[in-house]
Amino acid sequence: MVDGWFTGDGDGFRLLGTRCAACTSLFFPREDAHCRNPGCPGGHLEEVPLSRQGLVWSYTDSRYRPPSPYVTDPELPWEPYTLIAVELEPERIVVLGQAAEGITVADLAVGMEVEVVPGVLHEDTETIWTTWHWRPTGVTA
Amino acid sequence: MTGEVAVLGAGMHPWGKWGRSFVEYGTAAARAALADAGLEWRDVGSVVGAGTVRGGYPGYVAGATFAKALGWQGARVTSVYAACASGAQAVNTARAQILSGLADVVLVVGADAAPKGFFRPAGGDRPDDPDWLRFRVLGATNPTYFGLYARRRMAVHGDTLEDFAQVKVKNSALGALNPNARYRTRVTADEVAASAVVADPLRLLDICATSDGGAALVLSSMEFARRHATNQPVRIRAVSTVTPHYPNTVLDLPDIATDSAAALEPAADPFRASIARAAYEEAGVGPEDLSLAEVYDLSTALELQWYEDLGLCGQGEGAKLLREGATALGGRIPVNASGGLASFGEAVPAQAIAQVCELTWQLREEAAERQVAGARVGITANQGLFGHGSAVIAVR
Ligand SMILES: [Zn+2]
Repeated sequence: MVDGWFTGDGDGFRLLGTRCAACTSLFFPREDAHCRNPGCPGGHLEEVPLSRQGLVWSYTDSRYRPPSPYVTDPELPWEPYTLIAVELEPERIVVLGQAAEGITVADLAVGMEVEVVPGVLHEDTETIWTTWHWRPTGVTA
Repeated sequence: MTGEVAVLGAGMHPWGKWGRSFVEYGTAAARAALADAGLEWRDVGSVVGAGTVRGGYPGYVAGATFAKALGWQGARVTSVYAACASGAQAVNTARAQILSGLADVVLVVGADAAPKGFFRPAGGDRPDDPDWLRFRVLGATNPTYFGLYARRRMAVHGDTLEDFAQVKVKNSALGALNPNARYRTRVTADEVAASAVVADPLRLLDICATSDGGAALVLSSMEFARRHATNQPVRIRAVSTVTPHYPNTVLDLPDIATDSAAALEPAADPFRASIARAAYEEAGVGPEDLSLAEVYDLSTALELQWYEDLGLCGQGEGAKLLREGATALGGRIPVNASGGLASFGEAVPAQAIAQVCELTWQLREEAAERQVAGARVGITANQGLFGHGSAVIAVR
């Protein structure tokens, strides 16, 4: 589903993007087909890890159960989760992600520093679907 | 300047949750627009349908679906889909046909029968589709993005929840005067504040509902209009359908991330502002010439953003403009005199056409209690998924 979007464990966990060798444009989610800079003749797209830390651009939450293809168990009561849009300064990009479990909008402010951590999107009997989460820096799960 | 086309007729099927087929709403709106134009269906040389992803194949081939329902008569046919900008692209297609001489009279129709609850992507496992991915990976509904924009405005510009609520108060008061609106009761700020949070900081009454509805226009060449109509018709002077410029640095539906600005500086105008600018340039008018604006108030906070992107005020001054009463009926530049999406709800392919219907009635001074006095120039603005921009400027 999101093959090659992130890698590593613990402190080594990183989002992965790609960068154009011709014009240095950076892409996340990764662009592997062709550089999307309209002024670029197109260069080799190489994989690059993104910054581990960024600043909160904005945030919100989801008080109602999202529709499929988001996977939830309709038998369980809905537990809202938080979403954070994070500005990675060196890359000059904003990346949306779910907040780490337990982080609510009351814990957040625009401009606050957060870091990327591995997380679980959902699990069934066969598979654990992993993803990335944003967590205020210094908070440990 | 690319030349003008005449709006000979405008028609709608009232918005609501009627539980019927989009074909019924679209043909009802089409018949109303034809009657308004004083034309027969067989006078129409081309029909353009704004597509809906609901309703299966008939939705995807909306132009022919409406033509069949009205009775096959051999007209040229086009179907267009551009999410929320579908209706504006349908208008643009009709205009291009008229200006190029391919057709004299074109019927434009959009209609939808929306499902209950959140909009969701088309079915199937499609990890190469950004719209599918944002739901699957993040559970990011449309209100998620509206919530992000609203919170950002609060942090950067100092907008308050009360400012957002006052947009709803204004639009619901106008919707109460519009017989085609779904919601016809005035809403108070207290009622907004008491409604459930959907996507912090936005509440149920800050976010537009999904609805059924239909809208249609009969457009013609100016020459045909002179022969046919006794009065000077409302004219469409610009249709903007521009895409963003790379890098697009404002997080936008349905994307998970913005373009990076590391290698290339973003354009001076963000995407929404560039949509309006293209329309102004084509029409040869500016924000100071406007009598009214119809904008996509998908959320109350987003309406304030449009004030700035249309150039009605400076960046960050949207809430101030609202507080001054400038965008209310009777103000300097009324916005969403129709009641907006706050009062209509979303019927995706119909809404951009409905905005032009409202401009038409306003510019003809046929808008009854919600009439903007002396209306001469109006703009519509909206935005569709995947970088579909659209704005229409009409004049009297
Ligand atoms: Zn490049």
